[in-house]
Amino acid sequence: MRWVFPAFLMLLMCAVPGRTADFRAVVLYDLGGKFDTSFNEAAYTGAERFKAEFGIDYKDFEPTSETQYEQALKRFARRNYDLIIGVGLGYAVAIRNVAPLYPDRQFNTIDALVDLPNVRNVTFKEHEGSFLVGVAAGLATTSGRVGFIGGMEIPLIKRFEYGYRQGVDYVRSAVPVISNYVGSTAAAWNDPIKAAELARNQYARGVDVIFHAAGPSGLGVIQAAKDRKAYAIGVDSNQNGIAPGRVLTSMLKRVDVAVYNAMRDAYLGQWTPGHQVLGLAEGGVDYAVDANNDDILTEAMRAAMDAARAKIVAGDLVVADVEGGNLGK
Amino acid sequence: MTEFFADLVLILNSTFRTSAPLILAAFAGLFSERAGVVDIGLEGKMLFGAFAAGAAAATLGSPWAGLLAAMLASTVLALVHGFVVISQRGNQIVSGMAINIIAAGLAPTLANTWYHKGGQTPFLVDENRFAAITLPGADAVAEVPVIGALYADLLSGHHVITYLTIPLVIVLALVMYRTRFGLRLRAVGENPAAVDTAGLSVEGLRYQAVMITGLLCGAAGAALSTGLGNGFIRDMSAGQGYLALAALIFGRWRPFTTLGACLLFGFVSALQGRLQGVDLPVLGTIPTQFTMMLPYVLTVVILAGFAGQMVPPKASGVPYEKDH
Repeated sequence: MRWVFPAFLMLLMCAVPGRTADFRAVVLYDLGGKFDTSFNEAAYTGAERFKAEFGIDYKDFEPTSETQYEQALKRFARRNYDLIIGVGLGYAVAIRNVAPLYPDRQFNTIDALVDLPNVRNVTFKEHEGSFLVGVAAGLATTSGRVGFIGGMEIPLIKRFEYGYRQGVDYVRSAVPVISNYVGSTAAAWNDPIKAAELARNQYARGVDVIFHAAGPSGLGVIQAAKDRKAYAIGVDSNQNGIAPGRVLTSMLKRVDVAVYNAMRDAYLGQWTPGHQVLGLAEGGVDYAVDANNDDILTEAMRAAMDAARAKIVAGDLVVADVEGGNLGK
Repeated sequence: MTEFFADLVLILNSTFRTSAPLILAAFAGLFSERAGVVDIGLEGKMLFGAFAAGAAAATLGSPWAGLLAAMLASTVLALVHGFVVISQRGNQIVSGMAINIIAAGLAPTLANTWYHKGGQTPFLVDENRFAAITLPGADAVAEVPVIGALYADLLSGHHVITYLTIPLVIVLALVMYRTRFGLRLRAVGENPAAVDTAGLSVEGLRYQAVMITGLLCGAAGAALSTGLGNGFIRDMSAGQGYLALAALIFGRWRPFTTLGACLLFGFVSALQGRLQGVDLPVLGTIPTQFTMMLPYVLTVVILAGFAGQMVPPKASGVPYEKDH
């Protein structure tokens, strides 16, 4: 009887002008899979929030290879889905190919930029969130060395690294940041063994805090932190609970907010195409505090992070997104 | 100099750790191929073993249950391959590839059905995985120069499957070359008709070989999900089964050269991680993409040029049919 309540709600909605009666949305995850405890799971959280608040179900799809992206987009567009959300950079080309064929459908990208009249692009200022966790890492390290492990080496992940480096440098200059990438293909997101090996290597070289931006591979980094009794910093979703007491904090990328907003706007008929950039000021990035890291993320760290956040939001501090770029307003 | 030494110890430590599953998979392939059954399904069996180990360890609460489940599950896949290529005389490459595809699809699907974690098995708590073992006295000698580092940082701190791999390799080599079973196995891969004439069952021997392959691949998979990692993640074998196959060919289907090839691949992979972001004089920073390419370049160069002629077992890949 679970359909009764949504059906009843939908009946109600029919009476309200400006609201689509039969709203159909679909969330297409990327290769990491829905419950990757990271990027895709954040998208899932946002979609579930929409479902809980509006009582409207949605479809989702987990591809098993990149070649399915375009095929899936076409399939859902043909079946009259109003809103199609492609989660992840991988959908950029597929959406660029498919969106012009279905001008009545609303396509929503996350992380990708596709300049078409029926596409909304949502990107994040990952460098700002990474800056904050860099501040925490710089304060937390006792060895004076911190690390970064990225998944696939692409400009998006470079942005995490570069923001992190600036954050570390901001609180403690001359702290070296050792950086590694798991790979240069999409397989790099699903290789926790390699990521753990890179992390062990960094820890053995005197690093005591590692920030990972490696999707499911990053679980290997957290495992290595647990084994070495050192610290890791999670990414995208709140990963503090994976190894309580070993994950200093997590850099939250609020993909859930982006997905929720897209679904809500489309449902209420307020969806607009264009480009939205969610930074610290918009609540698009953040750091995570919960019972699992309450003891290790000290008051001093939180105070320093919040002070940096205030400066960034006010525009007094500009975090560059790529090496040498975007500095000075 | 001391830093170079410390780095070398680190790289060798990483080599041992990551080579263990590779060695197990390569020896799995060795038994199969020396008996005349080509097996490109090592990757799939390893992956499925990793899944079975992750699932069993999480559900039953013991890494040993995981290891057992991995060996069983992988042996089942090996027997499927055996049935297709030994009993039904199907194409060995096609069957091996089918095993890979089945494992890559089935493992995350089952994991998703059972655990609802998007094709992963649950994270394993420390008691449910093979933890790193600190060898006796490792902490005591850690400060002794050279020897301390070698013992504490290189030999100590691996998990039990890595340690078991060392005696296992010796036992397997002895079985292959110093036992009647090993002789028959090699004969069946070179000249099955002669074995048949001697009154031995070609099918029986090949089935036994394929089962050994299954058991070893399972152990390799368990090393991935319950030793090196903490749970199964889709595609976590990341091509290691194919690398093991390359090591086997590079090692000319002989145990100790194969072992050497595996260690070399492990070493290059460890070195690759260390070289990332290092500034070299004149060249500047080596691009990550370049260092990542190294293991594969090495494979191609070795296979194409330096390894000499590769002569596979004569009957390798050929189904045996009795003349009636």
